[in-house]
Amino acid sequence: MNAAPSISPVYAIPHPLPLDSGQVLADAQIAYETYGTLAADKSNAVLVCHALTGDQYLASPHPITGKPGWWERMVGPGKPIDTNRHFVICANVIGSCMGSSGPASLAPDGQPYAMRFPVITIRDMVRGLVALLDGLGIERLHAVVGGSMGGMQALSLAANWPERAARVLVIASTARHSAQNIAFHEVGRQAIMADPAWAGGDYYASDAKPDNGLAVARMAAHITYLSEAGLTEKFGRRLQDREAKGFGFDAEFQVESYLRYQGSGFTRRFDANSYLYITRAMDYYDIAEEFSDVPGGGKLADAFRGTQARFCIVSFDTDWLYPTAESRHVVHALNAAGAKVSFVELSAPHGHDSFLLEHDQLDRVVKGFVE
Amino acid sequence: MTPSNSNLRPDLAAIAAHVAPGSRVLDIGCGDGALMAELESVSGCDARGMELDGALVERCVSRGLSVVQGDANLDLANYPDKAFDYAILSQTLQTATRPDLILDELLRVGRRAFVSFPNFAHWRTRAVLMFGGRMPVTRALPVSWYETQNIHHVTVEDFRDLARMKGAKVERAWFFANEKQIGAPAANWRAEFAVFELSR
Repeated sequence: MNAAPSISPVYAIPHPLPLDSGQVLADAQIAYETYGTLAADKSNAVLVCHALTGDQYLASPHPITGKPGWWERMVGPGKPIDTNRHFVICANVIGSCMGSSGPASLAPDGQPYAMRFPVITIRDMVRGLVALLDGLGIERLHAVVGGSMGGMQALSLAANWPERAARVLVIASTARHSAQNIAFHEVGRQAIMADPAWAGGDYYASDAKPDNGLAVARMAAHITYLSEAGLTEKFGRRLQDREAKGFGFDAEFQVESYLRYQGSGFTRRFDANSYLYITRAMDYYDIAEEFSDVPGGGKLADAFRGTQARFCIVSFDTDWLYPTAESRHVVHALNAAGAKVSFVELSAPHGHDSFLLEHDQLDRVVKGFVE
Repeated sequence: MTPSNSNLRPDLAAIAAHVAPGSRVLDIGCGDGALMAELESVSGCDARGMELDGALVERCVSRGLSVVQGDANLDLANYPDKAFDYAILSQTLQTATRPDLILDELLRVGRRAFVSFPNFAHWRTRAVLMFGGRMPVTRALPVSWYETQNIHHVTVEDFRDLARMKGAKVERAWFFANEKQIGAPAANWRAEFAVFELSR
């Protein structure tokens, strides 16, 4: 796909965005959606941060797929994040492909950046979000909320811009990417880069896109979002549209068919280079290290010293991508830093993806904390 | 003295009445957060909680309290020394793997500690054991031996000994029977529940 002309409002960041790499991103744009009304004193803003392949269509239909917003069950009038009370903002992160600056955007030379786009970090994404908040005149958020990579942005905002959010809600997330997390991402990146159509990232003018590689990357990642029990319950060893094994390599099992469907559907709405950049940003993510002089070192508590924000950390018992132990690690650091923190491990059968699915307890926790 | 708030369990009401307003408090085993809510709304305290049961934690968080799902046996270690003015352990000591170590942790993270527990030496408990020859199931200890969470039964005198051994000073103590406060004399016989305020 090409740099999507966003139907969302776009904020042009009026200054060059400094990046962790030492590079600078000039003329950066942030596409965003808002829901509800900003109070006169601007005190009711809630920033929701999206996950790896998410976007700003939080509670409104996706313009490409036509599907409902990715968290419509959580955000809306009378919902746990109540747009009758709160002004909810969701912005496409830098590096992504739904209207914010990313590798598919045009560089000053008029050609897509492709792999010339600077490598970014989670903190760089948050720099973009903070610039948007500046543009909207919002000095202090009522709350910043995020699941998965969204939770990483929420923690990064709390650590680096502690005065910008009064409440920080982090769901199914972590303060650092583990070796296993990096490993799965590397599988995805290699799948994309092994696709001849990737062409070193310069495929935007070509008819052939690295869809096969991107689909395999999505398939591998999708497995990590589900639990083994969930997969077994949903598919078991059942065959797809056939009575007996075919002794071939079609998608004979339902689970294969499902993954292929997930993979191919994903290529319709996502840019392969964005997938490379965002997974790389997640792999570089280690908040403790950001607050230390030693690579790989640092105490996470140091990132949150003196914070006045209230934190709520939520994990799911079947999430093996960002398991409860990672949330506990964050909670222990916040305790050590003297922060006001709540933590609950919720029970859900669906693994990491549980944060996006129906869950009454999650609703109550989110409502109680954000209200 | 009889505390003013009647909705709280008597031991919690005694604690609530003796926490200095505006204090920083950690309530370990905070349950549904009744004491925390009281301390925050009435005494203007900065209250934090720890609770093992996720369903109770969810209720606390959904009422706006700062509660961490955690195990007092493991998770107290992460709090800095004297992070709180008070560490509170109500009706939880007897469920701990190592009550003596928990007491150390309470007195490390809190300048003072409140500890409440059911007194196993209450005359009714003694009578059931003495004359019935069975592990007591009483109003204060309503669960059978095989399913109770109380794995370290303790008496008022045992607790005094432990506090002494740990170099902790008993600042004050309150005793309860029939949901009412009773005097200190012969508390080890007469009290169903005890609350101790300790310092070190």
